[in-house]
Amino acid sequence: MSTPSQTVGPYLAIGLPWADGPTVVPEGTPGAVWIRGTVTDGAGTPIPDAMIETWQADPRGRFDHPDDPRGRVPGFRGFGRCPTEPDGSYAILTLVPGAIPGESGSMQAPHIDVSVFARGLLNRVITRIYFPDHAESNAADPVLNSVPAERRGTLIAERTADGYRFDVRLQGVAETVFFDV
Amino acid sequence: MAAPTGDKLILPRYRRDPAGTHPPLDSPGYRSTALRHPKQPLVLLPQMLTEVTGPLLGPGRIGELDNDLTRRHAEEPQGQRILVHGRLLDGDGRGIPDSLIEIWQANAGGRYRHIGDNWPAPLDPNFDGVGRTVTDADGRYEFTTIKPGAYPWKNHDNAWRPAHIHFSVFGQAFTQRLVTQMYFPDDPLFFQDPIFNSIPDEKARQRMISRFDYRRTTDHWALAFEFDIVVRGREQSVFENEEEEE
Repeated sequence: MSTPSQTVGPYLAIGLPWADGPTVVPEGTPGAVWIRGTVTDGAGTPIPDAMIETWQADPRGRFDHPDDPRGRVPGFRGFGRCPTEPDGSYAILTLVPGAIPGESGSMQAPHIDVSVFARGLLNRVITRIYFPDHAESNAADPVLNSVPAERRGTLIAERTADGYRFDVRLQGVAETVFFDV
Repeated sequence: MAAPTGDKLILPRYRRDPAGTHPPLDSPGYRSTALRHPKQPLVLLPQMLTEVTGPLLGPGRIGELDNDLTRRHAEEPQGQRILVHGRLLDGDGRGIPDSLIEIWQANAGGRYRHIGDNWPAPLDPNFDGVGRTVTDADGRYEFTTIKPGAYPWKNHDNAWRPAHIHFSVFGQAFTQRLVTQMYFPDDPLFFQDPIFNSIPDEKARQRMISRFDYRRTTDHWALAFEFDIVVRGREQSVFENEEEEE
């Protein structure tokens, strides 16, 4: 009997952001990349009162969690949180995760799970970030392959000078693929 | 606990909530959903390693007074002091320990300490409206705060939000992440609030209303409200049964 979800409302910035929320790893960590993007609505307008949360494996594809059957690997928080700026932008500093075992011996391409919260979203919406550098493993990824081919591109980040760009379009042209988990 | 057997990963699964538990993303009565709800169908995401794990955010994130919103400043905040307490539970009634709970709320006049809130109720210099705590070994938490006021918003003619406190919980898995709002019993504003009423199932909607708890009320100090938060439970699996026999 779960408690229902409700919107974070317009003032989530009071209670949720932390100073080190956007940095999954500290600045200066070798190999760290910035994942930057903008959250927009169905009119293409940037959303200034949204929040992005990320959850991911470490570069070896391991989680600091007791339900990782390969054993818990302490030390990698794996979690990022960034409210959007007035121009709808967010930025997360992290390490690209490794590939992760899937079902029946298959492997999943490196990916990051994302939750999006905002006024007007009564429940979070969930998406995944994949990386353009892993074309071969992306092509074999079971989750990417379950998405209609013409929409798959919305889940793949673009390479930039200091990392990647991943825009979230809640609605409209090139609406991001969102998942039901 | 999950375990590998040969080349097949055995992972816990989290039960889906019954239809009507959560609000539809497209809820026309709440106008802000119009341009923000996805219009394409959601794609089913199988629960794999990334989804059955989740951030374990515990005591390291909490300061000593973070669960007492009335003691952050030189003086007491205005309003009715209340104790809000309860348990964070999974769908099988098991307490979730060591889990971060975050709250935020308006002050007694119904105003948030936020640059975007221009409702002309006074700001209270002794109240920020933000709290954090970590659940104990049984999943229990408590906050001392003040009862927030109702406030108007522009959703429809003469629209007022019922008094509420925003709650954010993580559980132990990405599938259990929940943000909700705690309401107060017998609020006269429920009938006209499209956010509260966005929950289709009447019984599910009632689970967002706290219970007045006279037993925990403190003489000449504070009223008390009890609010249990339930996140998705695990599906029973053969593996889990085996584990219990060990």
